[in-house]
Amino acid sequence: MTSRSRIPFYVAVLLLIGAGISLAIWRHVELGIPWLTGEQRPVWMVEARVDFVGTNEPVLASLNIPDQPPGFSIISEQAASPGYGFSIVEDSGGRRAEWSKRDVSGPQTLYFKAQFIPTDENRPRRMAREPRPRQMFWEEPQATAVREILAQARERSSTPESMTRELIRLMQPDTRTQNTTLLVAEENYLQLLVDMLNHAGIPARTADGLRLEDARRRQPLMPFLQIYNGDQWLTFDPQTAEQGVPENLLLWRQGSQSLLDVVGGDNSEVSFSMLRQTVPALQLATMQAESNGLGFLSFYELPIEEQSMFRMLLLLPLGALIVAFMRMVIGIRTSGTFMPVLIAVAFVQTTLVPGLIAFLSVVAIGLLMRGYLSSLNLLLVSRISALIILVIFITAGLSIIGYQMGFNTGMTVTFFPMVIIAWTIERMSILWEEEGVREVMIQGSGSLFVAICAYLVMSAPLAGHLTFNFPELHLVILGFILLMGQYTGYKLTELRRFSPMKVYD
Amino acid sequence: MEWISPRRLKRLGMLNMNRRNVDYIARYNERSSYPLVDNKLKTKLVVAEYGVKTPRLLQVVREQHEISHFREMAEDLEGFAIKPAKGSGGKGITVITGRDGDEYIKASGARVDAAYLERHLTNILAGLYSLAGTPDVAIVENLVQSDPDLARYSHQGVPDIRIVVFQGYPVMAMLRLATTASDGKANLHQGAVGVGLDIGTGRSLNAVQFNRPITLHPDTGLALENIEIAAWDEMLEMAARCYEATGLGYMGVDLVVDANEGPLLLELNARPGLAIQMANGCGLLPRLRNIEGLKRPHFSPGERANYAMETFGKL
Repeated sequence: MTSRSRIPFYVAVLLLIGAGISLAIWRHVELGIPWLTGEQRPVWMVEARVDFVGTNEPVLASLNIPDQPPGFSIISEQAASPGYGFSIVEDSGGRRAEWSKRDVSGPQTLYFKAQFIPTDENRPRRMAREPRPRQMFWEEPQATAVREILAQARERSSTPESMTRELIRLMQPDTRTQNTTLLVAEENYLQLLVDMLNHAGIPARTADGLRLEDARRRQPLMPFLQIYNGDQWLTFDPQTAEQGVPENLLLWRQGSQSLLDVVGGDNSEVSFSMLRQTVPALQLATMQAESNGLGFLSFYELPIEEQSMFRMLLLLPLGALIVAFMRMVIGIRTSGTFMPVLIAVAFVQTTLVPGLIAFLSVVAIGLLMRGYLSSLNLLLVSRISALIILVIFITAGLSIIGYQMGFNTGMTVTFFPMVIIAWTIERMSILWEEEGVREVMIQGSGSLFVAICAYLVMSAPLAGHLTFNFPELHLVILGFILLMGQYTGYKLTELRRFSPMKVYD
Repeated sequence: MEWISPRRLKRLGMLNMNRRNVDYIARYNERSSYPLVDNKLKTKLVVAEYGVKTPRLLQVVREQHEISHFREMAEDLEGFAIKPAKGSGGKGITVITGRDGDEYIKASGARVDAAYLERHLTNILAGLYSLAGTPDVAIVENLVQSDPDLARYSHQGVPDIRIVVFQGYPVMAMLRLATTASDGKANLHQGAVGVGLDIGTGRSLNAVQFNRPITLHPDTGLALENIEIAAWDEMLEMAARCYEATGLGYMGVDLVVDANEGPLLLELNARPGLAIQMANGCGLLPRLRNIEGLKRPHFSPGERANYAMETFGKL
């Protein structure tokens, strides 16, 4: 009977623990929530500065902003531009930051800041429709030159990628033939490449990249060539024909739109500056959680006030685990099963030494007053009620006296749960009358010892971090507590209690 | 600090707190039966149907206004005991052993007036001594006239006999003697002396106080080694019968021997302590396993008591 009925229990507990741990690992991997506190991650803060001169007209400034740049993910975006209306507009071609203002004159500066973190994953860009090559029309003699160069490149290639590489190589100055010299002028080189590739039936476009270097200002955008190979857009360096996005290169603009359009302003220009920051990994995960679908599993989206309440609440299971362990495995006697946890919670807020002093003095004064109450022969409920009021008086008195004497710590006394303290005093006092001082000392110091242990565990930064950021770990605690409920072995204190039995062995 | 290794304890078959709670109390004691033992009034009524005698019930005080009747009732009584029905561990029990004019003499010799007893009744009704602080009922019982043979061993208070009954079989017994340290109470953790009793004969085995072996009673100075309980088989059968009355598979039965009425049931306990093992110098586990391993349990209390005497007796 025993063995059969307990197997499902153990399986359930194992499942509970397994579920807790695997959920935590999954969220660590998926959301990047760090296991330890204080872990740092590099973040690139890129600032685009738009300058133009207003011409006393309504202004609409529109800046192309990154949309899922390969190798990076965006964690925050914000604009600083006093007096301007700002919004981020998404259309089929990409995302644009738009500033607007009714009446603008004189030099204007607009800022757009975004934070990027390097990621390994490369999410394929969603595409509204399959890109098609544009129809190109060339006039003679260019048409013939283009045809010949393309024929030459096609002959030496097999795929859109190799075709692109060949074409770039043919267009280089050192391999230039008569045909290419006819076509290439310094300014139109990249656009010419794009046009020729489109002509050859390969969808192509330009992109602008930003080389990320720490603390650089006025960084220029570098042009890149992108072709569509029937599956995804591939990036090429238009000079070296190197394929792929170099490390630390952020593709700011992909697609055919312009980088910056300003309506109602002259002399518009955009410049970039950047900074490498380190951000706590946790903060990063929090920010990402908002955009990630998994965010609903965590507390990050709750209002801050509720969050801090949960921070406290989620520590309680740890305290309960300590109490369970201390009582069932060690065998320490406490007054009131979970009184130590509540005291420990108060200690977390008051810190240990001031908390201990405050707690002991409240209980000591309370016990003295309770001595008088017991001589009044009151009914239980009114005695407890009177005690609660007295405890409040005592804490208020201690706070005020402490404050007047210049100890701010006196104020922390208010963190103690008044009703619990009143009951503790009542119980201690009855214990005193019935079992004597010794038992009061044993249970009192047992309670305090357990409370201090619980406090030490609960106040560890790691404990707070893990319980709040991985709430599923509470399933593991629950599993351990359930397992402990099945512990039928000897308590540590019993080994001492039963020691006289040695004689009979 | 002296320690004993868990392996040695296991070899001795010592039952420990966690195992008692999980493997015995939780498994064999129906929660619904607890009120029967946690409430002394209910215990009295239910065991009476099974022919187990308890001290005579003089009055039940259920409401505050009934306290006024107490004085009339107590007017011509010599000795009585006031108990909270739901009290535990002997809390709130006041024993009056005699009268001196208008005053009552407590077991400790202190004199108190009727107003004191009425206040005590009020406290009991308010639940001061009850298990969860819930409102309670006070019962007034006839005073037990302890058998002088046994009473001389005890300092104040009435010596009582605790028998652990498992599935209706009395498995272990001890005699509890009050001391000055225990303030006239028979609770071992308060300092009463526990004398292990041989289940087979009712003779004393060894004695402990505060978990330490002793040979003489600390107050009376009497040797504790040759005590023999009279009418032992009758007591064991009485204890066994309580199983039918309550249905509790694992319980402690507290009996006293009254000089006039013989063995009486004082109270039942659904969570009997572990100190009985130290008084007996042996563990409960082998005996409990013996009972658990019985293929055909005995049906009558008498048979079970006999089986226990034969099997667990020390010879």
